[in-house]
Amino acid sequence: MIEYPQYKKPFYALSKQNSQKVGFSFIRLITLVTILPILGIIAYIVFKGAGSITWEFLTAMPSDGMRAGGILPAIVGTFYLMIGTAIFSIPLGIAAGIYLSEYAADNRWTRLIRIAIVSLAGVPSVVYGLFGLGLFVLFFKFGISILSASLTLSIMTLPVIISTTEESLRSVPYRFRVVGVSLGGTQWQTIRRVILPQALPGIVTGIILGLERAVGETAPILFTGATFFLPHLPGSPMDATMALPYHIYVISTQVPGMPSGIQYGTVLVLLAFVLGMNLIASLIRSRARARRQW
Amino acid sequence: MKRSERFIANSIKIAGSSSILFILLIFFFLVKEGLPALGEVSFKNLFSLRWYPIEELFGILPLISGSLVVTLTSILIALPLGVGTAIYIGEIAPKKIKEILKPTVEIMAGIPSVVLGFIGIQALSPFLRTFLNLPTGLTALSGAILLALIAIPSIVSIAEDALYAVPNSYRDASYALGATQWQTIWGVVMPSARSGLMTAVMLGIGRSLGETMAVMMVTGNAATSFAGLKSIIMPVRTMTATIASEMGEVASSSVHYHVLFFIGIILFIFSLIINISSSSLQGKTKQEKGQVVS
Repeated sequence: MIEYPQYKKPFYALSKQNSQKVGFSFIRLITLVTILPILGIIAYIVFKGAGSITWEFLTAMPSDGMRAGGILPAIVGTFYLMIGTAIFSIPLGIAAGIYLSEYAADNRWTRLIRIAIVSLAGVPSVVYGLFGLGLFVLFFKFGISILSASLTLSIMTLPVIISTTEESLRSVPYRFRVVGVSLGGTQWQTIRRVILPQALPGIVTGIILGLERAVGETAPILFTGATFFLPHLPGSPMDATMALPYHIYVISTQVPGMPSGIQYGTVLVLLAFVLGMNLIASLIRSRARARRQW
Repeated sequence: MKRSERFIANSIKIAGSSSILFILLIFFFLVKEGLPALGEVSFKNLFSLRWYPIEELFGILPLISGSLVVTLTSILIALPLGVGTAIYIGEIAPKKIKEILKPTVEIMAGIPSVVLGFIGIQALSPFLRTFLNLPTGLTALSGAILLALIAIPSIVSIAEDALYAVPNSYRDASYALGATQWQTIWGVVMPSARSGLMTAVMLGIGRSLGETMAVMMVTGNAATSFAGLKSIIMPVRTMTATIASEMGEVASSSVHYHVLFFIGIILFIFSLIINISSSSLQGKTKQEKGQVVS
């Protein structure tokens, strides 16, 4: 008779129920360690920065080498950059998303486009800065300007808008297209009047999330549009501008003797800007989900 | 087809291919401004261990090793936290907790890196300095911790998708064999989601490698050569931080300027390799899953 080696349970082995208990607690602990720092950081910034948020802080020009006064030019600059980025990236991104979802055949060219989008999404932000410097600032001679910075940020934002547009269009059921065409609509009329309206909430969410990222970025605007200090508000798209993220970098590393109230206040304003956009995006998404009939 | 309709269709097709144009433009301008560096700086100088541009010493090896040290350390922190959180959200958490956790991770993804850099300077570095008793808190470790916070959200969301893609019949089969939920997660779900989890890791590495502001603000920016494990608690200088901090001060078309663009080429190629290979990995998973179903 063959003798099979017998599996002996080591003395430290737990029963499978107990090992599940230990395992689950471990995973819960990991999740806490992941989530708590971020909540802690937000709470800390709100706690330290809320005291400096006054009407004057939001609407006055900086004074005394930025150590006093407000941060109006940085707020306005960030707003301009967001609008500039939106102008260039939204039409192009939506069109490209429509192409991939509605027109593109599954061929080599389409696959190449997808590879290009994945690659664009992965290009480091500082490399976008170099590219913007080479193409917009120097080659097109737009100079260090809102225009150059917005164009650079637009290309960075494009992959987000394209992918979310394509995804939301694809989630509209195929029968909507069949009905649109069978009622005598052309392909474009069907897309324009039936598919796009259905996919709109998803597209808008994607646009807001893309712009949110652009607004918070510093590296792409470092050498394309941001300036250390501006005594007046930018008057045209060809002017350089201050911007909240770059301003935070400047006042936390470049200006000695910076009062911490202004530092935390500025960080809080940027954080509110970004998280506010995030909140709007999630509201749109959850409302659309509740209303959707398919 | 009507004339206007054909015009719209054609514009959409052109927009659809714009991503290819942009990725080529980025590559072209990096090469145009960066390749002259190879002619102006001797090979021996470029791949030496000293980065000291004022004396025309352009050794990029310490910058590459700096980037690698910070990136790998950050992934060692972010990987267990990110995958653990994804397991909790995807497999264990009750629905209510899940609905709180998912938006929190999204908020985490939205926090601008310059804000994390600011917190790094204000809170993390002083803490690490006293806690580990170091001469300075501005070290690779501080950068790696911030980078982990930046990489975690993308790791969580991709890993969660990968877990979600595992068919429920796998889990049911495992339960039917008497396995606990914990055994099922370890023994069945995780191995099936393997290539998706790999994708998460690779994209996390990509994000860390390309991140600029947070790293520049807290790693001390000293181009030290690699010193084994000790490098982790020493100041380092990454490729991204070098470009961001020095590009503003160089004259365009100088040797230094060309070398900074050359570093940009290296970063671009790294990111391209990481992103294209991880997306093809993702494509492969989809094919495998398709075969299981059919």
